[in-house]
This record gives sequence, structure tokens and C-alpha cells, in this order.
Amino acid sequence: MVERQSPLEPEFHVGSHGNFEHGVEIILTETRPGSIVQLAAWPGEEKALISAIRTVTGLALPDGAGGGLSDGVKSVFGFAPGKFTVADEAEGLAAAFAKVVTPAIGTVTDLSHGRTAIRIAGPKAEWVLAKFFAIDFALPAFPVGAGRSTTHHDVFAQIQRTGADQFDIYVFRSFARSFWKALCHASEEVGYEVQ
Amino acid sequence: MLITCPYCGPRDVIEFTYQGDGNRERPDPASQNFEAWNAYVYDRLNPAGDHNEIWQHSGGCRAHLRVVRNTLTHEISSVAFVRGDHTSIARRKAEGKS
Repeated sequence: MVERQSPLEPEFHVGSHGNFEHGVEIILTETRPGSIVQLAAWPGEEKALISAIRTVTGLALPDGAGGGLSDGVKSVFGFAPGKFTVADEAEGLAAAFAKVVTPAIGTVTDLSHGRTAIRIAGPKAEWVLAKFFAIDFALPAFPVGAGRSTTHHDVFAQIQRTGADQFDIYVFRSFARSFWKALCHASEEVGYEVQ
Repeated sequence: MLITCPYCGPRDVIEFTYQGDGNRERPDPASQNFEAWNAYVYDRLNPAGDHNEIWQHSGGCRAHLRVVRNTLTHEISSVAFVRGDHTSIARRKAEGKS
């Protein structure tokens, strides 16, 4: 398999930055999942698709809009009615889903090369993201595992909360470097570390 | 202005795209009834009050929504998925459904 280049590379500077004299309150990383797949169920086939997700990933999606979960290796969340994003550290997720999600159930779209996954963690993660997105990041409104789709200045973003103070943001690969720079600037005042 | 998407919850109007008047009744594509086509393309109720509209949550779940918005106050009194309900507002009214 061809080695995948990160679109963030020219702006990806490992180390502490910004106002970190009083401690680092934000950790920024690129999670670089091997597979990112979007699944869509035809109307009425949602349950069959959720069952297919369980078969392939072993993850049982909770009920409700935007529900999701992550086991640290594989992640899944709903981002629209009958539509789900699935990410895996390993490659080959699209091929695995293509065997299970039959044309009668829905569609599989391989976005592994089309999206960049950025992780923001730390005590000020909610605070920094609140500068970007007009959605409620408080834990009761946005529980661990859940997903949200929203935009930042027309850059479409899918956000999954993968910890109490950790979020994975999936953005278009072509906008990823610009978004990353904005995220770095927004994190400067609380001190951030790139890992 | 906030629109409460049935999937995503309350979101700023900037995430939504207006898709047009929800009262229009599209004639059969094979129809030669020019009056009906003219009405479909040009005639609008333009109410000062509640208005049936179609919006898309383009910056979110991308679902198409049937929204009732008050044109005087911008108050949104109802939001529902268009999906699963392909009957137009006019037909729904004629059938006594809304």
C-alpha cells in the first residue's frame, strides 16, 4: 500500500506552542485512521445497516440521533438520518463493509483519502471548539461517543466526542491544513502541544 | 434565527439553505397546462404570517426540512423531515392532513 501523506505536514510542528508557561491545556494530534467510511441506509433499512456495522466493527450503536461510540481503535457515529461515519485504525474497512452492506440495504463510500481526522484534547478542548462551532459542547448535551455535523466558515466538519475532554474532528482533506492552522491559532492563548 | 433540526437540534440559520416555497404544487412533468405551470413557477401566497417553507440543513445532516416560519416575527412554529412525506402542503391541505 502506498504511504499516505498528511495534508497537515508543512504546518505540523511537534512541541509546545502559544501561551504554555502556565501549563498546556490543549493537545492537538492527527489520528490518521487507516479507514474512514461513510454508510447510508435506504429508507427503512436503518436497522439492517446498524446490524451490519455491528457485524463488521463489533460496535453496537446506541439509539437516537447522533448516537455513537468508540473502542479506541474503531469509531462509529450517526451524522444524519440513516447515515453513519465509521473509522478504523486499520485499512480495509470499505472492503469489509462492501461484503455486508448489500445494494438492498444501502451504500458504502470510502472516504479514507478524502477526510483528515484531527484530535483535540485537554481541559480547554470544549472552550476552544466553542469558538469555532455554534453547538453545545457541554457533556450532558454532547455525550461521549456522540457525533455532530456542523460547519466552520463553510468547512463541513463531523465531530465525535471520544472522551470527556477529547474530540475527533473529520474535515475535508483539502481544507484540513487551513482548519488545522485556525485550530492552532485558537489554542494559542491557553497553550497547546502538538503530538 | 435558530431552526431546530429534527436530527441535529437547534442550529443557527447560517447552517441552512432556503429551498423555496413549500406551498407549490408541481404539475405532472408531461402536463401541457400552462396555467398550472405558470402558477407553479410564479404564483406565491406571500403571507404576512405563517409560511410553509422548504429548507435544507446543508451545513449539518443535509436533510430537507418542512418548516413553518412566521414572516413577521421569524418565529419557527414547526420543523419536520420532508423525507417520507412527499405530499405537497397543498395536497395535504386538500386531504385535510395539516
